[in-house]
Amino acid sequence: MNLHEYQAKELLRKYEIQTPYGKVAETLSEVNALAKDIKNPVVLKAQIHAGGRGKSGGVKVVKSKEEALEFSSKLLGKNLVTYQNQPSGQPVRKILFEETENIINELYFSILIDREKEKVCLVVSSAGGMEIEEISKKSPDLILKEFCNPITGLMDYQTRGLANSLKFSADLAGKFNKFAKSAYKLFTENNLSLLEINPLVINDANDFIALDCKISIDDNALYKQKKLSELRDWSQDDSKEAEAHHAGLNYIALNGDIGCMVNGAGLAMATMDLIKHSGGSPANFLDVGGGASAETVSKAFRILLSHKNVKVVLVNIFGGIMRCDVIAEGIINSAKDVGVSIPIVVRLEGTNVDDGKKLLKESKLNIHSADNLNDAAKIAVTYAKDQK
Amino acid sequence: MSVLVDSKTRLICQGFTGKQGTFHSEQCLNYGTNLVGGVTPGKGGGKHLNLPVFNTVKEAVNQTQANATMIYVPPAFAADSIIEASEAGIEIIVCITEGIPTFDMLKVKSIINSNRSILIGPNCPGIITPGECKIGIMPGSIHLPGKIGIVSRSGTLTYEAVNQTTSNKLGQSTCIGIGGDPIKGLNFIECLDFFENDPDTHGIILVGEIGGSDEEEAADYIKERITKPVASYIAGMTAPEGKRMGHAGAIISKTSGKAIDKINALRKAGAVIANSPAEIGDAIMLAMNNA
Repeated sequence: MNLHEYQAKELLRKYEIQTPYGKVAETLSEVNALAKDIKNPVVLKAQIHAGGRGKSGGVKVVKSKEEALEFSSKLLGKNLVTYQNQPSGQPVRKILFEETENIINELYFSILIDREKEKVCLVVSSAGGMEIEEISKKSPDLILKEFCNPITGLMDYQTRGLANSLKFSADLAGKFNKFAKSAYKLFTENNLSLLEINPLVINDANDFIALDCKISIDDNALYKQKKLSELRDWSQDDSKEAEAHHAGLNYIALNGDIGCMVNGAGLAMATMDLIKHSGGSPANFLDVGGGASAETVSKAFRILLSHKNVKVVLVNIFGGIMRCDVIAEGIINSAKDVGVSIPIVVRLEGTNVDDGKKLLKESKLNIHSADNLNDAAKIAVTYAKDQK
Repeated sequence: MSVLVDSKTRLICQGFTGKQGTFHSEQCLNYGTNLVGGVTPGKGGGKHLNLPVFNTVKEAVNQTQANATMIYVPPAFAADSIIEASEAGIEIIVCITEGIPTFDMLKVKSIINSNRSILIGPNCPGIITPGECKIGIMPGSIHLPGKIGIVSRSGTLTYEAVNQTTSNKLGQSTCIGIGGDPIKGLNFIECLDFFENDPDTHGIILVGEIGGSDEEEAADYIKERITKPVASYIAGMTAPEGKRMGHAGAIISKTSGKAIDKINALRKAGAVIANSPAEIGDAIMLAMNNA
C-alpha cells in the first residue's frame, strides 16, 4: 500500500524529520485561501501515487495567486498521466502547497528490504534528484549501501561511515546520524517496504530537509498498522482491482480480451503466459485461492464480466485436496447465478476430474470442458478471435 | 533415500486443533505421515485426532522426540511459532502460513540461521517424499514415488509439475515448495544441492516466477555444481512491471525480476526450458534423455 506525498511527510514530521512547511488544498476555494497572500515563490505538487510528476506538468513553482489558481484548475479533479501510470493516469484530488528551500546540496536517500542479504538496506547517494535507476546506470559508484541486522538495527558506525564517504563536516555528520536513525525507526515501527526521500536536501541552515518522499507499507503488516491503512486512497487504484481486493481476491487488470480465473498465483501467471503463447491476450490476473469455493468463484465471475473487453472466460483450476466435482458444481451454479452469457472454457485437473467434466458437459450452459491445459488455452483463443 | 523427510520423520503440527491444522493433519495421517502429536497453547494434556496435544513445542519434543513441525498458525503469531520450534531443536520447520510481515521474517531468519533448523516456507505448500512422508497441504494422491526432485516457488505450479511427472511415469523423489515470499527459508540453491547429493534423485525440476534474482543465482549454481539434468519453468512472462502478482515476492522492479532474464540465465546454464506450464513433464523427459 502506498501513501501520498503529503501523508508521507506528515509521518516524517512525527519522527522529527524536517520537511518544507506545507498545506493541502482539495478545492479551488481552498487553493484561493492558501494562495491569497503568496509573497515568496511556492511549490505546488499534484498528489498522485506515481512518479514522474515533474516531467508531466504535475509540479510547478508559482509566484502569484493567479498562477496558483491556473495550475490548480487544470489539475484538480482531472487525471494526471505520467510515464509511470500511462495510459489512463490517476486522479488528482489534492494539491500540496509548499514553501521553497534554499538548497545547498541534494542527496538521494532510501530504506528498503534487501531480499538477497535478508537485511534492511540504507541507500544513499550524492547524486540526489535523479531516479535511483538512473544513478545506478550512469554512476553506480555514487551509490552507498549499509545493511542493517534487524535485531541490532542501524548502528552509529554505519551512519559515521556514510557521513565519512559523503565528506560531511562534523556538524553535518551528527545531524545525519540523527536523521538516519529517525528514518530507520520510522521504517521499522511502521512496517514499511520502502521509504524513499529524493531529494534529501541540505539547506542554507545546514539542516537535512525531505523535499520529496515516497512511502510504501508492507501489505502483510497492515493488520498491525490500522491507522496507516485508513490513509489508503482507493481512487489511485484501478476500480476493479479495488473491488476485487474488498472481495478478498487477487486481481490485476490487463489489456487483453480473455478473462482468466485460476487457483494459485503461480498457475494464474502461467495461464496468462500460456494464452499469450497460444496467440491470445489475457484480460487479467486473477487468483481465487487454493480452495476455489463457489462463493469466491461467483465474486470472480462478477468482476471478470464487468471488464468490457472480455469475450471469453478461461477457468483453470487444479483441484488439489478440493474435489473437481465440487469445483465444477461451484462453477455451474455461479455461472447461472451471475448470468454469464459469454463462453466459458474450463480446464479441471485433480481428484474426481472425470465427474467434474461430466457435470460441466451436462450443464447445458455455454461451458466448454477442455481436456488439458494447452487445449483450454487454444479453445479460449479461438473463441476470442471468432468474436472480434 | 530421499531429501530431508522420509518414513522415519517424526512430525508435530503447530496450530494443531485449529480448522486448518485439523484438516491437514488428518490428510497427512491418511497419507501415512508419522504425525506424533501437536501443539496448541492452552490445550496441552488433551488428545486430538487420537494424538497428544502439548502447550509448547519444547514439551512436545521432550515427549515425542519430534524432529519436524508444520505450522498453520495465523500470520500474527507465525514468527513466534517458527522461532519457538527452532529454539526447541526441531530440525525441519515447514511454515504454511501466508501473510507474515516481512520484517518479522527478517528477525526469524537472523535467529534461525544461528540454530541448526531448516525452514521451508512460509507461504508454501510444504514438502513431500511420495509414499513416505507428506508435510503440508499438497494433494497426496497425484504423487508417484520416483526419480525427479522438484523445487518450486508456487504451490499449484508444483502440482502441475508433479501431475505431469506422474503421468509420464518418472515419479518424484522429493518435492519442496519453498514458497512465494521474498524472505523465506530454503532457497533454490540449497534444494539443488540436496537433490544433487541424493542418489534417488536423477533429474531436477525448478519452477520459478518473476521477482527477485533467486533463479539467476540458481542458474549460476547449476552451471558450476549440478551434474544432474535440470528442467525449468518460469511463470510471469506477461506480468506487468511494478504489480504484485498474488505472491508477496512476485513483483518485477525496474532493475530486476523479469521472467525473460531468468529464463535466459537458466537456459545458458544448460537447463531445458518448458515454454508452457503444460510442457514441464516433456521438458524433464527431454533433459533426462539428453543427459
